[in-house]
Amino acid sequence: MPGTLPVLNYSCIEQAICTGLAISAEINKCSYFDRKNYFYPDLPQGYQITQFFEPIVKNGKVFINNNEKEIRIARIHLEQDAGKSIHEESKTYIDLNRAGVALMEIVSEPDLRSSAEAAEFMKKLRQILRYIGSCDGDMEKGSLRCDANVSVRPKGSSTFGTRCEIKNLNSIRYIVQAIDYEAQRQIKILESGGEISQDTLLFDVTLGKTKVMRSKEDSSDYRYFPEPDLLPVEINQDKIDSIKSSLPELPDQKKLRYIEELGINEYDADVITSDKEIADYFEKLAKKHDSKIAVTWLTVELFGRLNKTNIDIVSSPIKADALSELLDFIVDGTISAKLGKQVFDIMFETGKPASLIIEEQDLKQITDRGQIAEVIDTIINSNQDKVQEYKSGKTKLYGFFVGEVMKLTKGKASPDVVNSILNEKLSN
Amino acid sequence: MNELRRLTITEMHDGLRRRDFSAVELVETHVNAVENEQLNAFVTKTPEIAIKAAKIADEYFLKQKDNISPLMGIPVGVKDLFCTKGIKTTACSKMLENFVPTYESTVSNVLLKSGAAMLGKLNMDEFAMGSANTNSYFGPVKNVWIRKSDGEKVVPGGSSGGSAASVAGFLCAGALGSDTGGSVRQPAAYCGVVGIKPTYGRCSRFGMIAFASSLDQAGVITRSVSDSALMLEIICGYDEKDSTSSKRTVPKFSSFINGDIKGKRIGIPKEYKMDGISDEIVHNWEKVSSNLKENGAEVVDITLPHTKYAIPVYYLICSAETSSNLARYDGVRYGFRVDADTLEEMYSLTRAEGFGKEVKRRILIGSYALSSGHYNEYYEKAQCIRALIRNDFIKAFEKIDYILVPSAPTEAFGLNEKPDPLIMCINDVFTVPASLAGLPAISVPVGLSNAGLPLALQVIGNYYDEAGILNMASVIEQNCGRIVNSLT
Repeated sequence: MPGTLPVLNYSCIEQAICTGLAISAEINKCSYFDRKNYFYPDLPQGYQITQFFEPIVKNGKVFINNNEKEIRIARIHLEQDAGKSIHEESKTYIDLNRAGVALMEIVSEPDLRSSAEAAEFMKKLRQILRYIGSCDGDMEKGSLRCDANVSVRPKGSSTFGTRCEIKNLNSIRYIVQAIDYEAQRQIKILESGGEISQDTLLFDVTLGKTKVMRSKEDSSDYRYFPEPDLLPVEINQDKIDSIKSSLPELPDQKKLRYIEELGINEYDADVITSDKEIADYFEKLAKKHDSKIAVTWLTVELFGRLNKTNIDIVSSPIKADALSELLDFIVDGTISAKLGKQVFDIMFETGKPASLIIEEQDLKQITDRGQIAEVIDTIINSNQDKVQEYKSGKTKLYGFFVGEVMKLTKGKASPDVVNSILNEKLSN
Repeated sequence: MNELRRLTITEMHDGLRRRDFSAVELVETHVNAVENEQLNAFVTKTPEIAIKAAKIADEYFLKQKDNISPLMGIPVGVKDLFCTKGIKTTACSKMLENFVPTYESTVSNVLLKSGAAMLGKLNMDEFAMGSANTNSYFGPVKNVWIRKSDGEKVVPGGSSGGSAASVAGFLCAGALGSDTGGSVRQPAAYCGVVGIKPTYGRCSRFGMIAFASSLDQAGVITRSVSDSALMLEIICGYDEKDSTSSKRTVPKFSSFINGDIKGKRIGIPKEYKMDGISDEIVHNWEKVSSNLKENGAEVVDITLPHTKYAIPVYYLICSAETSSNLARYDGVRYGFRVDADTLEEMYSLTRAEGFGKEVKRRILIGSYALSSGHYNEYYEKAQCIRALIRNDFIKAFEKIDYILVPSAPTEAFGLNEKPDPLIMCINDVFTVPASLAGLPAISVPVGLSNAGLPLALQVIGNYYDEAGILNMASVIEQNCGRIVNSLT
């Protein structure tokens, strides 16, 4: 609107610094904003405020393929988002709700060599962003978007081919599809003797094809110049240090710690650290319980049920504290591990705490020796024939006696106590 | 003319306190004058708002005598560049002919909150581009002063032509203007009134329709120096909505006006003694300098070596920023639109018809100066020289306190004449350097030319020394008298 002025959102500056530090980048102590001028109906000012000359973050790196490949990050700059144009057959609608909102643009160097690497890179980047909390990484909602630049070259060639930019890819699956399609399209053109024109493309998800949005000829001259309405962003070392010290543990560090300190195997460590929410869940369990028990209950029991019902960990009906409580009951012998799984199922269905379920269903394990001995005596008395057979060598019958005990105690008898008393009685 | 209209703000305030007259009386006489004004100074008149403010002011004055804002009940005008909530704000462009903002500019907001009665919105050059107020979509403004030699009407200067003319024409006691390259000081000079632009960043630009963001600064026009101090101290101050506004505390400028300039060092830059200045102006310049010496100041020659680049640098930078600031007027969301079959066509026709000639000229120059391949040659170079010009001043202020120069090279030219191109070219030459450096400067009338038109000098001060230049200007005012009082 006429006469309005932009105001910098300082928490966005901190997010950018945080992200920069998480990818081991240099933080620019004096960055500033520029105007990128172009006309488009969803750009209300007629220019976008961005950082063209001096971005806030430079020279970072992200590792993919089990930390074996380094992808260089050229820069992270802050800019204003534009509005959203919604094109229908004969009309275009403009949604300005997100216009002017700050976004971080993370620009990688041309280090990715395949759609698979691009996907791997996006996943890794998303993981890092989620860990530090600078982005929820939700590509469907547009909070993380990707512009993929694609070029091809003959094997052995050291120079890059002409690139095309595919705009606004909003899922990792589409990134892979679009890059694969585009690479094939370029190869076909080159093999039939043609030339690639440096276009800006859109990916049509229904057709699975890229199409030209803007050709190089009608690309505009953005007439960048420093934004006079905003002061340069000056960041001192103290600020950087304080953000650095408050940076959470990053996925790679976490994974290493799980393997080295908690003795978790690499596969499980990978699964647990893949998502910060999972790792947080795990750490709540591991705070009180043996890490191996925590891993099993998390990755086998909980994941099994979450996958079956297609629920993600954040909306899991069993929160970490609740599961931790259940594990308490199992560890201290209140219930057996077998009954534990039964309780877990009820918890998952009803959301009730373990303590309540155990009480309601009277599932407390019987550990009282006298009580169990009584039950065993009854069974021995009424099954004298089987006792004789057992004593004469048919030791397979041991299972029968245990089964009978469990039947009479509704599975609540402590297996340890049952074993110890039964052994004693049968050997007499 | 009702004598109430001839009072200064200070005199009005005293009269209101003594209950010599009521604020309603004071404002009504101005409302009537505005209703019948012949200068074309107002583009929107807001009598109801003014009367309402006057009634509120009267309640204040009935209840108490002290601690009342000096602007309470004072009739003022607001340049149509400042967005006023619910009141049409056009920047005197066809593009915004029917634009009604939903927000209030910070500067007009604090002015109105202080109790001032807004009589209406004042005419100006379209988007503040011009030096004669002949670029307004709503027609030119006439100066109250008539050239005696041939009885011709003259221009009021620009771009705050409506502001200066309305104050000189006793239509309002003070007016808000804006100064990008001299748009407050030059029209004040042409109309025989006082105009001051503060240090860049002293007041908020929020809600002031942008022309050239790195130069734009609000200012005030009044009939006396102390009135300027009163009005300016109200509009200055930090605003979180303008990141370039300064957090420095704003002193009460009016309390620094004591007429004492003993020992102050005044610099006269030799580069400003250039071809094309009228002899009468040179004469007044010398006369005022020697008067100030008699008042105890020291007058020394200084050098501002990069002055000669100021005009080209100014036109490059302001045009570049304009080309970007005015991109939002595209017909899509608000303002004027020419419907067309394609988007491109709609853009072109809207902007071709919605903007006037001068605005389009600057957009073209600015777009060219920023285009790839020309950026380094023009825009970047201009910014480098701007830094040199700023350094000239910083260096000069190490040895002196103030700089005294003419406000404009000549008196106002005829409304219907095309002045000598050289004169037109150097017209802004004395006001632009302070704008490029972001320094405060005040234009104060010093006499009349043989043709009976106002002549003025300008005091440029160091950063944030508004109080100092106001005090210096008040001494000049004392020595030269208030020429506006000779108007009948």
